[in-house]
Amino acid sequence: MKQNQALFEYLLRLGDSNMILGQRLCEWIGQAPALEEEMALGNLALDLIGQARSWLEYAARVEDAGHSADELAFTRDERAYRNLLLVEQANGNFADTLARQYLFDQYHYHLLGALSSSTDAQVAAIAAKGLKEVTYHLRRSSAWIKRLGDGTAESHAKMQQAIDEIWTYSGEMFIADEVDRVLAAAGIGADLDPLQRLWEADVQALLAEATLTCPPLEQYMQRGSKQGLHTEQLGFLLAEMQFLPRAYPGASW
Amino acid sequence: MLQTDANPHLIATDRCGEQLQFPAIEALWQLLDQVPDPEVPVVSVVDLGIVRELRWEQRQLVVTLTPTYSGCPATEFIEEAVAAALRAAGITNLRLVQQLAPAWTTDWISAAGREKLRAFGIAPPVGSASKRTLWGEEPEVACPHCGSPQTTRVSEFGSTACKALYRCDSCLEPFDYFKCI
Ligand SMILES: [Zn+2]
Repeated sequence: MKQNQALFEYLLRLGDSNMILGQRLCEWIGQAPALEEEMALGNLALDLIGQARSWLEYAARVEDAGHSADELAFTRDERAYRNLLLVEQANGNFADTLARQYLFDQYHYHLLGALSSSTDAQVAAIAAKGLKEVTYHLRRSSAWIKRLGDGTAESHAKMQQAIDEIWTYSGEMFIADEVDRVLAAAGIGADLDPLQRLWEADVQALLAEATLTCPPLEQYMQRGSKQGLHTEQLGFLLAEMQFLPRAYPGASW
Repeated sequence: MLQTDANPHLIATDRCGEQLQFPAIEALWQLLDQVPDPEVPVVSVVDLGIVRELRWEQRQLVVTLTPTYSGCPATEFIEEAVAAALRAAGITNLRLVQQLAPAWTTDWISAAGREKLRAFGIAPPVGSASKRTLWGEEPEVACPHCGSPQTTRVSEFGSTACKALYRCDSCLEPFDYFKCI
């Protein structure tokens, strides 16, 4: 695999995971349990969609096929999307959303930390900028996991159930394929093994502090997004997200 | 949007019309210091550290801008406002360049900008972003209304991503805190 082709794939993965999680979080607008939480979720989504835009703009330049970042976001079908299965999962209840968010934030934090020293200057620049924002995301989701896990009997039970149910989607981010290997070898992408060790240690420590039980790390993990094989959740999300630009191409207001 | 091959990339260029005057860079800084930030209009884009560099490249003015947050919805608006202010001053040969690295930090907000924020009721960032760590202590944020150090954070996010929501325990007023990043 050529390095440029691998980089395009890699940038799509980074951009798509941010884009899809941002879109999911927007679904909370108008329904969050408190006004402050609604603003927080909306701002979180904005950060993620902003980062997605930076990654997809760079992807479009690397692809060099005349596509814009918007075209990459709004005209690719499900099988061409490269976001993690984790982030496309439905919002569920507030604990489900936070479990998904925390497991992603913890990964995102270490990933952007590693990419901040990428040999590709643009990857390093986008990552370093995003890392400042993601540090806030992680601080916030970690605090919520502790608060609900170590809260009432009901919040504890809901938080535990949320972690248990999303867990099977948490391992995919560390399953390396050829794209990961080519770019890690070139110093452009992140080496996933050390990332996984950091993530596991952090997640185990936080769940313990939250009086929650960490599910087994060796459990079978769902996979497929790196090849464009998604769960049924993604199609519905894309249908909503892409409807307007597909029905009215080039619409502006 | 036009783009060059590498970072920093080209945002826009304008060559229409003949430009006859080439004001001193210092005067242009003062001019842009009159361009308000669209979300916090009491401070200018220069106060916030969004304008990173102004320089003449022969007859063309090159303006380097940096976005605050990745998802800041005001980024394009600011680019247009900066270009419009310069065009209104007769600068027609203009190139706007976006720079991502080094990433924008609240450390770049000027002393004047911090004072304007406080006077407007927004507590300015406390301390230096470079020293803030992931699990570091929460900063002591003074109430911009009464100056009391007894305040409580209500939410990590306020009305925009760059702010957090606080409440004063002395005068009981809620206020925005411009987060330190
Ligand atoms: Zn007060």
